[in-house]
Amino acid sequence: MAITYTSGEQVEVYRFSIPATVLIPLTAVFLQAWLPLRFPFFSIFDLPLLVVIGFATARRNPLAGLVTGGLIGILQDALTHQPIGLYGISKTVVGFGASSLGIKLDVENVGARFLLTIFFYVVHEVVYFMIARGLVGLHMAWSWPHELVSGVANAALGVLVFMLLDRVKQRT
Amino acid sequence: MDVLGRYRNLIVLVGVLFAQVLGLAVQVRRTTDSEPTRLIRVWAVGAVTPLEKALVWVQTSTGSIWHNYFYLRGVRAENRSLKQQIERMSLEQVRMSQDADQARRLQALLAFKEQFISQTMAAQVIGGSGSELSRSVYIDKGYNDGIKTDMAVITADGIVGKVLRVYRSTSLVLLIDDQTSGVGAILDKTRVQGILRGTPGGEVELEKVMSDETVPAGEQVLTSGGDGVFPKGLLVGLVTKVSPGSELFLKIHVHPAANLSRLEEVLVVTKIDERQAEPDQTGSVRAVDILAGRLPGVPTKPENSEKQDSSGPASGAGSDTKPATAPPQASADGEMPAAKPAAKLAKTASSPETGAASASGVPATRATATSANTLKASPKPVKIVVEPKPQTAVQDSPH
Repeated sequence: MAITYTSGEQVEVYRFSIPATVLIPLTAVFLQAWLPLRFPFFSIFDLPLLVVIGFATARRNPLAGLVTGGLIGILQDALTHQPIGLYGISKTVVGFGASSLGIKLDVENVGARFLLTIFFYVVHEVVYFMIARGLVGLHMAWSWPHELVSGVANAALGVLVFMLLDRVKQRT
Repeated sequence: MDVLGRYRNLIVLVGVLFAQVLGLAVQVRRTTDSEPTRLIRVWAVGAVTPLEKALVWVQTSTGSIWHNYFYLRGVRAENRSLKQQIERMSLEQVRMSQDADQARRLQALLAFKEQFISQTMAAQVIGGSGSELSRSVYIDKGYNDGIKTDMAVITADGIVGKVLRVYRSTSLVLLIDDQTSGVGAILDKTRVQGILRGTPGGEVELEKVMSDETVPAGEQVLTSGGDGVFPKGLLVGLVTKVSPGSELFLKIHVHPAANLSRLEEVLVVTKIDERQAEPDQTGSVRAVDILAGRLPGVPTKPENSEKQDSSGPASGAGSDTKPATAPPQASADGEMPAAKPAAKLAKTASSPETGAASASGVPATRATATSANTLKASPKPVKIVVEPKPQTAVQDSPH
């Protein structure tokens, strides 16, 4: 359960093959658009966000993390009718943060991943809320209980997603 | 140089964020309706929707095989129940056609113009936006199929939304529960008008209704036609709760008639006709005639059947009755056999305009839906004939 502090030399750095890099985010965005129509409860999850966190913590490269987050976010934005950039900015921040934290912390165990996902889910929602309300002028209500419950649900799903990502990641 | 190297990641982050914020600000400043669709959206939709279409196709095919060939339990009972329903509706249809005739005569006297949904296109919902803040869905019809922006999207139960963006073979439909949507609405009985908007939580509210108005819960909300998208008289939903809102307005919660969270098939209204109402010149059928048609009679010989057909419907011994007008057929361009929508929409459309609008002097228009190409109010009288083949109900029943 403990999140251990490790030096840069101790942490493993992974990479993903090009097909995995392209197909996994695309599948996540596709499922995020498709599943809530069939299973409305699924709208509580943010599958692309989990993929961003998973990629970022495995690669442990802040630049790669922010680029991955930004691209996945923009792809997600493009499917909505809202301006492009809402998810892009939020996921850029998360991608950068998760990869930066991945350098300093050992995020290989389930407990660490669970807590990390809750934390970054809340960060994502805060950034999204601020931009949507402050910059785009959308009406949004903030509810801590809702965000925390969603965070826990996403963290639970995230643990499974990270396990799947573990299978396709390659040691550098 | 050391400083740049040390904070390189942070500088790149700030740069990327700045670029995105700038892009966002430019988009927010522009009006979204007039700008062309961005290439990035076209790519994203092009990458995701083929998968969705394939998955929906697999799902529909599997469901179809299961329902049509394997899972036929209860079809007989359902068939029986549908037959009874048809009988009830036939009687109701006669009553309604008399009301409609009367309304048409009154409208003609006052030179009213009616709006008719004259053409619709059935479309399958293939995916959503994936965001709670963007309540919209993708349908499998695009500009190759003749879809244009601002076309109304409806279901048999009620209105769904309007076409917001059109791509080659898909379109984005903005649902009525999105906070950026707005629909002109009118209350069925009290004739109070307002604007229907979505809330951030995904609910639907009727705005701009003064607090001195009396709005009972349970009242039907219809489209007013004032938005230029939806024809007048389509069912929107029911008032569920009324409370004092901000300033001088009421806060009216509306439960949408269409199930917006479980959309599968929708109708895109591709053509709306407007014409002046004409009074019905032909006679109408009385309810007693229908009942007479159901009474058991003397069995007839096959060679006399033609005579009987020409003489009238009175010899339909115990069989089902059905209006003689052509049943809705799916047209070549994939339009939907809109029997169910037609019935419901016609029902919703006919009630409000008959008396109240005339009395108020508002130029009433009426949306009346019938079948496929052709959701039209037929000026023909309702004719009842013997329908020897009851299989229709069986074919339609599994879903």
